[in-house]
Amino acid sequence: MQPGLIPCLRWPHAKMLIRDILRFTTQSVVSNRMRSSLTALSIGIGVTTVVLLTSIGEGVNQYIVEQFTQFGTTVLAVQPGKANTLGISAGVLNSVRPLSLQDAIALKRAPYVQYSVPVVSGIAPVENGGRQRTVNVIAVGPDFNLAFKFELATGSFLAEDELDRPRAVAVLGSTLRQELFSSEAPIGKRIRVGGERYRIVGVMKPKGEMLGIDLDDSVYIPAARGLELFNREGLHEIDVVYQDGAPTAEVIAGVTRIMMARHGGEDFTITSQQQMLDALGSIIGVLTFAVAALGGISLLVGGVGIFTIMTIAVRERTHEIGLLRAIGAPRYRITQLFLGEAMVLAGLGGAGGLLLAITIVVITTWIVPNFPAQIPLLYASLSEITAVTIGVAAGLMPARRAASLVPLEALRAG
Amino acid sequence: MIKLRGICRNFQVGDQIVTALNHVDLEIQHGEYISIMGPSGSGKSTLLNILGLLDRPTEGTYWLNKKDVSQLEERALAEQRQKNIGFIFQFFHLIPRLSARENVELPMLLAGKSANARRERSRDVLKSMGLDDRLNHRPDQLSGGERQRVAIGRAIVMEPAVLLADEPTGNLDSKSGDEVIQVIEQLNQEGISLIVVTHDPEIGKRADRHLTLHDGEVHHDTKKRL
Repeated sequence: MQPGLIPCLRWPHAKMLIRDILRFTTQSVVSNRMRSSLTALSIGIGVTTVVLLTSIGEGVNQYIVEQFTQFGTTVLAVQPGKANTLGISAGVLNSVRPLSLQDAIALKRAPYVQYSVPVVSGIAPVENGGRQRTVNVIAVGPDFNLAFKFELATGSFLAEDELDRPRAVAVLGSTLRQELFSSEAPIGKRIRVGGERYRIVGVMKPKGEMLGIDLDDSVYIPAARGLELFNREGLHEIDVVYQDGAPTAEVIAGVTRIMMARHGGEDFTITSQQQMLDALGSIIGVLTFAVAALGGISLLVGGVGIFTIMTIAVRERTHEIGLLRAIGAPRYRITQLFLGEAMVLAGLGGAGGLLLAITIVVITTWIVPNFPAQIPLLYASLSEITAVTIGVAAGLMPARRAASLVPLEALRAG
Repeated sequence: MIKLRGICRNFQVGDQIVTALNHVDLEIQHGEYISIMGPSGSGKSTLLNILGLLDRPTEGTYWLNKKDVSQLEERALAEQRQKNIGFIFQFFHLIPRLSARENVELPMLLAGKSANARRERSRDVLKSMGLDDRLNHRPDQLSGGERQRVAIGRAIVMEPAVLLADEPTGNLDSKSGDEVIQVIEQLNQEGISLIVVTHDPEIGKRADRHLTLHDGEVHHDTKKRL
């Protein structure tokens, strides 16, 4: 009698050539074209779902990494308030000293630090005569363009100036320049930002956007002016850019030391670019896994389809099973042939689903070039392997039933 | 070549045990032509299945080519069937999606013979069945007689010692039936042992030796006592 092992693992005893087994199973799959393709489709849809969903997850991940790294990776952000483990800023409860412009200046002395840029931002109307436009106002220190490698189209960036009362000068993003001045030369012209008068000293080259903020439809003004404009006590954050290859931990330690000395306590949070990427990456990773699991459910449904079809096939081909036994096929061979058929079905379906997913992604990125979808090889191959495994699992019971048929009864049946 | 001693086969039907074969003793020599007859339920099919190693006796011993095969395990039985036994059935049992040639090749395929060997042998076999022009036809494109001849081809493709035919003409018109009988008798002439189970006394009579079963026992055997 048959011991409880999966019989097809006993390949060494098998004399039938593997190629012939494959051919035989494929022939029976192909002979029932309609039914086989429908069954394969059920698995294929599962694979397509998994691959598509994970492609979008992977694409979003890459998009975010690109967004965050486009200004360099050697960046620390210092923000007011201490984030505790609950993720609520302790500033809500305790007194927090706001980040000041002086803090930003002081941080330039930290080891390895190249630039320290104070940042306040908000939205305000910008006017040139009759033309008005509400845009992002990015109030920064004079090093901003160097720190983040922004290039100027004409003029200069905000100059080093008196810390608390800098002159009212502004630099336009390229879109904003186009909107306010069309073909006119803007340098030296006066505009109003939030009602106050500013003189234009420069225009930026187009830069694109970051996380949905159009950097070209923005105006840059001195940080102190921004504090005034938005009526804030402190900065949103200080961006510290340090040398390439400098040890991040030491940079963080240096920045912390200076900030502690100035504030008399740890009422700020330092986030490195890497930490930010890691945190986002793990969130997206979990989401990707979750959608992959959802797609996995449709694979499971496909498995049920294969189980059903194989059960029907065993019933329909009872004579064939009896015959094969009579002409010398041992039990395990029958198991093998029917398992093989389930595998071929699932494998073909999986391959079809993969192909469909790739086609959809390629066409979508062709129509919408910015669509964030990347086919992750890991999930793609994983879903194909899962498909075949599900095929085996679903085929196991019908195949064993086929093998357990008594040959002469099988030959006599119906 | 075949020797049965005290073969019994009992079936469990519900709570009852039904005896299909009751202490059958039988000896068959190489090249014999035997018909097995008897009413329904007399045990002739059971006997054929046991002879063909599709079924195992509940009791008794079966020697095939001097080897005791009555207690062989399943896989060894399959191997014996593959090498020594050819089956022909009333309903042909051809695989509908395979061509005549592929059907004939099936036992060789299961035995792991190479594609070239299979191709050559199946062509020769089908040619000897007069089916040279039917190699690539599927069963549904063949007449009943042709189908049975393909099935005979499949039965002899491994050159077995015994050909077991279970009502081989039962599903054929008399003309095709005659042809089929002629083909298997020709094979018998060439040396294969032929055992035919049939209802039809006309066909039964053609055999050299007639075996009649009744209630699981050999009722009559025309074997000349040596």
